Amino acid sequence: MSSSANTALATPGTAPAAIRSPFRRTLSSVPVIIALAALAIMVIMALFAPWLHTIDPVQIDPTQRLKPPSGAHWLGTDAYGRDVYSRVVYGARVSLVVGLGVAAFSMVVGLAIGVAAGYFRWVDAIVMRIMDGLMAIPGVLLAIALVSLSGASLTTVLVAITIPEVPRVVRLVRSVILSVRNEPYVEAAVSLGTPTFTLMLRHLVPNTMAPLIVQGTYIFASAILTEAILSFLGAGVPPEISSWGNIMSEGRSYFQLIPGLVLYPGILLSLTVLSVNVLGDAMRDVLDPRMSRRL
Amino acid sequence: MTQTANHASPVLTIAGLTVRIDNTGAGSRAPGRAVVSDLSFDVHAGETVCIVGESGSGKSVTSLATMGLLPKDTLVASAGRIEIDGEDILKASVKRLRELRASKMAMVFQEPMTALNPVQRVGQQVDEVLRLHTTLSRAERKRQVLAMLESVHLPDIARIYDSYPHQLSGGQRQRIVIAMALILKPRLLIADEPTTALDVTTQKQILALIRELQAEHGTAVVFITHDFGVVAEIADRIVVMNQGTVVETGSREAILARPTQDYTRMLVSSVPSLIPQARDPITSETLLHVRDLNKVYGKNGLFKRGTPVAAASDIAFNVRRGEIVGIVGESGSGKSTVARCVVRLIDPTSGQIMLGEADIATIGSRALAPMRRRIQIVFQDPYRSLNPRRKVGESIIEGLLNYGTSRAMAVEQAARALALVGLPPDSVERYPHQFSGGQRQRICIARALVMEPDILVADEAVSALDVSVQAQVLALLEEVRQRVGIGVLFITHDLRVASQICDTLVVMQHGRIVEAGSAEMVLTQPQQPYTRALIDAAPGRGWDFKHFRPSVPEPAHQA
Repeated sequence: MSSSANTALATPGTAPAAIRSPFRRTLSSVPVIIALAALAIMVIMALFAPWLHTIDPVQIDPTQRLKPPSGAHWLGTDAYGRDVYSRVVYGARVSLVVGLGVAAFSMVVGLAIGVAAGYFRWVDAIVMRIMDGLMAIPGVLLAIALVSLSGASLTTVLVAITIPEVPRVVRLVRSVILSVRNEPYVEAAVSLGTPTFTLMLRHLVPNTMAPLIVQGTYIFASAILTEAILSFLGAGVPPEISSWGNIMSEGRSYFQLIPGLVLYPGILLSLTVLSVNVLGDAMRDVLDPRMSRRL
Repeated sequence: MTQTANHASPVLTIAGLTVRIDNTGAGSRAPGRAVVSDLSFDVHAGETVCIVGESGSGKSVTSLATMGLLPKDTLVASAGRIEIDGEDILKASVKRLRELRASKMAMVFQEPMTALNPVQRVGQQVDEVLRLHTTLSRAERKRQVLAMLESVHLPDIARIYDSYPHQLSGGQRQRIVIAMALILKPRLLIADEPTTALDVTTQKQILALIRELQAEHGTAVVFITHDFGVVAEIADRIVVMNQGTVVETGSREAILARPTQDYTRMLVSSVPSLIPQARDPITSETLLHVRDLNKVYGKNGLFKRGTPVAAASDIAFNVRRGEIVGIVGESGSGKSTVARCVVRLIDPTSGQIMLGEADIATIGSRALAPMRRRIQIVFQDPYRSLNPRRKVGESIIEGLLNYGTSRAMAVEQAARALALVGLPPDSVERYPHQFSGGQRQRICIARALVMEPDILVADEAVSALDVSVQAQVLALLEEVRQRVGIGVLFITHDLRVASQICDTLVVMQHGRIVEAGSAEMVLTQPQQPYTRALIDAAPGRGWDFKHFRPSVPEPAHQA
């Protein structure tokens, strides 16, 4: 064998240097830092709610109805005399749980269905028609219908919000699988006798991770918003659980007296959704150019 | 300028050109790596200069720099001059560059489909050049466009004027691109691998067309290519580049017959010859026996409708132990279909594929699974044949693990396979992106060989490699064939490669076998007119590269 084959190995590790700079550049931009900080605050609120100077959010005190912010009640009280500040802080829990739960479930279910649809033509034909049908129904309406069918609880709300989000994930995963399926290295794995399921896990699924994660952040934001809408309309979590949507719904009638009942949860809701969207965009900027350069 | 003045001074002068990677975006102050260093050559009117080099030599970057098309924020010309008729391109403003393009200098790219706008009719696209640079009326423009389409020998020009690019063949599209480039009669034409994506018969026509138009208008042509056959056909002078620097310049005879630099000598002698060497006849047992193989797409089914297309019809051939059978043909001939059917990556419609005693053509996937290891495939694109996320070692042992070999045994066998293909054992810890194209192809060969198959199918396995790397991989296949005694089915469109390593040749056209026989017989005494046309169209037939001289005419060759 000629010597040039043995001596001419390419210098290792040339790729990572180029990848680090867009990552670091994105992380150091101001909107991203603010978004991360905002989300961190929400998470702290949700995790450490009992220790943040809150009282029981469902404790009624009829003598303190609709009071403005004071030393005892930082954001005032609502129509039942409940401390608005405590309700808002505990409300963060519901929002984050719903957001994370929906994002996780829809990604898992969407991934499974999407891989099957992308790889097997007959599955594709059936599944995509069902997905098209699901996507034709407005998400919130579908969620309301599902909740009214099975009664209000956190689990029901989670499932009801997940189902309309799944078709988008399926489409995304399916398109990635369709493009990767014909790559020579996948064909090579087939000719090496790799069983189909192992092939999917080992060679196809890793390609979906980047776009899936980006989509996951958008689902997170959308789920929080949908849950708030559902609660606002009275079709969400039961009223004893304080959710931002609940608070805003009840505060609607007293807006002229105590605008804070709608404003405070509303501001926090907007801030959370905005931060998650900014992070999603930032992640897409980091992951996508690297993906296209790799390919 | 008068005609005699043009003839004396060069049309294009490149002096001391250096192109670097632009680091200013990343905030670094050190100058980026030089992609082209201190390049100098010139081109006179009516002359064809061929720039040859392997991938990474900087030949395409040179042409982009000349047209002022270096990608901003990535590459920047940091030193030197590029002068067209005395005007420095590197100092020209954006507006001036736009005026110069198409009117004084024009470019033809490699991929005709992506060079044309797919949603605009081609007549409009040629017309756009006139619209931007002249003040002619619409009727006059159309007349000139039609005249230009005529001069590039397109048939039925009225219909073609109104066609979209997807309605034309690759050769026709490339003619349109040439029409666009030459309609304003520029002084300089740069052609960057314009025929690489075309069939060899089409390539011959396009080369003749460029030569004809050049003679008519006195254009200076810079022709960039990696194919020495093409160079031997059309070059007046040759510039050899390596890693961004000029290795050698000279006339065609000087470079091809008397190269002074080692690199040039190595490059020229790596080009395989069209005349096959005499080989011993193969008498060993038959490992693969294909009979009546058919693959038809689009047969009317329950939900399908449409005319069926026979991608492969009545294919029959044998591969014996230690034999290399070559299937040659142009694109669309069905050779890749046959290769994929034999490996059962696609399912044949009917026929027999006998691996020893067993017929694998139509058996189900469960029965097929144990048979798969006996026939392995190496693909064309080394950059996409390995999973970029897995270490090379993992990719190589994947097949062995599938068949139940223990991990320890598999790793050991992988190390042996790597030694067989000439790669160091620590390659198993590296990722594919850390290897060059030729090395990746060796890894793919190792991955196939570690399964100890009876048959190795190489589907255009060397087509994407540089000529020197190609020579190494072909030598490797030859060695493997002798040491391991497998049969190889070699698919290629390149007759030179086929003549170098194949014992038997099968020529395919439109899904059928046109001619088959020993490589020597098929290449020196072709019986069928198609085979003869294929051999005639191979560029550079008149030159014997290995021995640096014009080829000695074959006494038994029928013209």
